[in-house]
Amino acid sequence: MNATTDSMHLTRRTASELAAAMAAGEVSAREVTDEHLARIDSVDEQIHAFLHVDHEGARAQADAVDAKRAAGQTLGPLAGVPVALKDVFTQKGIPTTAGSRILEGWRPPYDSTIVTRLRDADCVILGKTNMDEFAMGSSTEHSGYGPTRNPWDTDRIPGGSGGGSAAAVAAFEAPLAIGTDTGGSIRQPASVTGTVGVKPTYGGVSRYGLIALASSLDQAGPCARTVLDTAYLHAALAGHDPKDSTSLDLAVPDVVGAAKRADVRGLRIGLVKQLSGEGYQAGVSQRFDEAVQILRELGAEPVEVSCPNFEYALAAYYLILPSEASSNLARFDGMRFGIRVGDDGNANVEEVMSRTRAAGFGDEVKRRIMLGTYALSSGYYDAYYGQAQKVRTLIARDFDAAFNEVDVLVSPTAPTTAFKIGEKLDDPLAMYLNDVATIPVNLAGNAAMSLPIGLAPEDGLPVGLQIMAPSMADDRLYNVGAALEAALTDRWGHLLIEEAPAL
Amino acid sequence: MSTATVNPEFALALETYKPVLGFEVHVELSTDSKMFCGCPTDFGAAPNTHVCPTCVGLPGSLPVVNEAAVEATIKIGLALNCEIASWCRFARKNYFYPDMPKDYQISQYDEPLCSNGYLDVDVVDSAGEHHTVRVEIERVHMEEDTGKLLHTGGDTGRIQGADYSLVDYNRAGVPLIEIVTKTIEGTGDLAPEVGKAYVTQLRELVRSLGVSDVRMEQGSLRCDANVSLMRKDATEWGTRTETKNVNSLRSVERAIRSEIIRQASVLDAGGKIVQETRHFQETTGDTTSGREKSDAEDYRYFPEPDLIPIAADPQWVEQLRAELPEAPGLRIARLQQEWALTDFEMASIVNSDALDLVVATVEAGADHATARKWWLGELTRIANNDGVALDTLAITPAQVARVGALVDEGALNDKLAREVIEGVLAGEGDPDEVVAARGLAVVSDDGPLIAAIDEAIEANPDVVAKITGGKPQAAGVIVGSVMKATRGQADAAKVRTLLFTKLGVSE
Repeated sequence: MNATTDSMHLTRRTASELAAAMAAGEVSAREVTDEHLARIDSVDEQIHAFLHVDHEGARAQADAVDAKRAAGQTLGPLAGVPVALKDVFTQKGIPTTAGSRILEGWRPPYDSTIVTRLRDADCVILGKTNMDEFAMGSSTEHSGYGPTRNPWDTDRIPGGSGGGSAAAVAAFEAPLAIGTDTGGSIRQPASVTGTVGVKPTYGGVSRYGLIALASSLDQAGPCARTVLDTAYLHAALAGHDPKDSTSLDLAVPDVVGAAKRADVRGLRIGLVKQLSGEGYQAGVSQRFDEAVQILRELGAEPVEVSCPNFEYALAAYYLILPSEASSNLARFDGMRFGIRVGDDGNANVEEVMSRTRAAGFGDEVKRRIMLGTYALSSGYYDAYYGQAQKVRTLIARDFDAAFNEVDVLVSPTAPTTAFKIGEKLDDPLAMYLNDVATIPVNLAGNAAMSLPIGLAPEDGLPVGLQIMAPSMADDRLYNVGAALEAALTDRWGHLLIEEAPAL
Repeated sequence: MSTATVNPEFALALETYKPVLGFEVHVELSTDSKMFCGCPTDFGAAPNTHVCPTCVGLPGSLPVVNEAAVEATIKIGLALNCEIASWCRFARKNYFYPDMPKDYQISQYDEPLCSNGYLDVDVVDSAGEHHTVRVEIERVHMEEDTGKLLHTGGDTGRIQGADYSLVDYNRAGVPLIEIVTKTIEGTGDLAPEVGKAYVTQLRELVRSLGVSDVRMEQGSLRCDANVSLMRKDATEWGTRTETKNVNSLRSVERAIRSEIIRQASVLDAGGKIVQETRHFQETTGDTTSGREKSDAEDYRYFPEPDLIPIAADPQWVEQLRAELPEAPGLRIARLQQEWALTDFEMASIVNSDALDLVVATVEAGADHATARKWWLGELTRIANNDGVALDTLAITPAQVARVGALVDEGALNDKLAREVIEGVLAGEGDPDEVVAARGLAVVSDDGPLIAAIDEAIEANPDVVAKITGGKPQAAGVIVGSVMKATRGQADAAKVRTLLFTKLGVSE
């Protein structure tokens, strides 16, 4: 086995495999990190998953892990495993942009809780990944730093807003990545890149240091190539954080145990009527139906359920999100951090703020800030934001009613496979429709996963299936997901991602 | 002498119009940490040293509620006879300004923690008559303070004409409690006095709870006065103005009076009152136009999604209620009666911020007259001279009581007592230690006194002649001479008695 094969070999392994190999002393954390950095250097020019690669820092972290192990310390299940971090998380001293030019050059003075937990788990943070600006988007085309490309077809989008994290994992640049999901930004990229992504129960993972888009919807979550890897990462991240008043002070569900159990016998699986049919690409629906059939063969009982208020989810979401975002993004005023434009000594503070924001924000961000400011304004609050919050309650009730009947719900993750870069840029509403299946879960605050279930026959591109579970029952996602993944992997002889073209 | 005769313009205005008032008072709490983060709140630190990601509004930061601030707010609400909400939320008040790190303030909007209370205010009119005015409280809510702007380069320190502005975020995030009154009608020509009395007594009340320093000059108590006029026969309120920069209790009174006069003259001339923010000018006593407040700026309030609702445990609220100290108004009335003081005498104590000190000194054994004498006299003189607050002087009520006791015993006279106080303040120890160290005891041993008297008699034969010749008042010279000779350590009265005894003359 020559060096090249070895290096490809290391980056092709799962996080669990890498961790085991390091624990067994077969390979050092430094070697693992070096191989992944080499992979990034080799392919990222094509993919552009990363905005910043921290070569020095990553090597130092890896060396530290090796030193701990050499000193006889027992380390956790992800020790030494490289992770890519969506650039929406603050990392002390490391450029953090949230995909926006308004934060160009900003190096935060503090770490997000996510970073702290990754360090506590002895993971190695390789760098920051690309994203739609301030997480607003479904294609990563709205990044202020250029798009990321889908490793399956570099003319196509990798999904968004977390396209960078999903692409990094799909391109074998990192075995694990962290994303954030406000309306599907972990799940939809996972779906179009043939990887796994989870949005935990709202409040399950800390938002401290997560640059806010919509405070009541945002949630950080794990991305990987297998369900088990995703579970290990989920377990490392989740849990109460006193610095986040919305974080839940409850025991983290046993997601790793559930992923290992992978047993769906006797489970009732709800097929959401409103998340199917017209608007869904034929190949997507086909693979979805096949996956449901597999679940049936594994002993689960698929049942159709109706969630009538899901019809209003998109509209409610695109009122609540811009409203909260318009307020969360007000702080980007050029006064304390980020760029400052137009302070020529003749402009007053309001003018400098305006010039800074005009120059620093992209079109989609401006669009949503305007929508949100309008929706919250005097005389309109009740009709828009107020009404949208009521719809939210109705959607939560639909979920409650459904979960009285079934253990989990399933649907296609996204209506289509990866579309071409530029295809939907001129039609924001068409772009918003990508999130129609993922949004209800963000509104209700419960948990959901996307995992790959095959390639669409018409275009050979990945299709994802979404599993939805009740709040704090995140373990059900992993149980069902692992069972389906095992059956499919069995059928294919390998993980779906192995079929991605070589880069 | 009534206000009306002192200010004819005011009297004239009151002939045509009825003043209508409202107050928004902000109290900065003296909690250890800020409202939504752990940064310290003390006044006067170097700029931007009491800051963290949360109170500077860095991307990704989140607020966490300060429980002590919630407790303080509930106490204020209870002391003002308010209903405490069983469930309430914070809300974001959105507007752009560089002293606001997030460009929104976390406050409370339609769900304040406390509402519908009152404060019975004692107002004294020009004839000395007492009136009780019930000022109704609309709400008491929590919010966070802004940072401080420093405009540099201009003449006035204001933003107009400045070259640039600096911002200090030490104050950003300090807990701020806003107390809003309902509209106050029917005060007539007592409007200015009612305003001053309300703010004074509200301040006393908050101080008694121990939750704030309530120093107007330091900004821990801020008052905005809303004033409007309506014609005596009118049924609708007039347009109101909001006056800010009211930095002392006296300014409250002056600002209201001046605004009433100003509005009356505008209305008399057929003009309209502009709904605006005005600034009180200390030097002239007038108000000047500030920002125009056209239809309350739209703050786009919505419930704060980063915080969970506050639902104070009813048992906790009841416990806080039970622990409330005696209401200051009642306490003052009780003490005034116990000590048999006039209104003026009692007011002097209260206005010098000396009441707690006097009470503590009495509790340490002094009689109230002695306690008052020292705290309102020598100690207030020293505090004013040094430019510090009375309660920051380095002398305790117990020590003052001891000084008083030494004087009563005859061990010290007033002059010596002042020297002892000086020594205690200088850190030389307790009164008895200072007396011993400095050798300040009254000379009570007759021997040296008699010797000194003899010397003085010999040196002043003509004065002695006057005394024995029927002019006892001339004794002052001899006594003075003896006092000088004993370096003031003689008891003057005793010297006098001994002198007369020696001369065989009655006093």
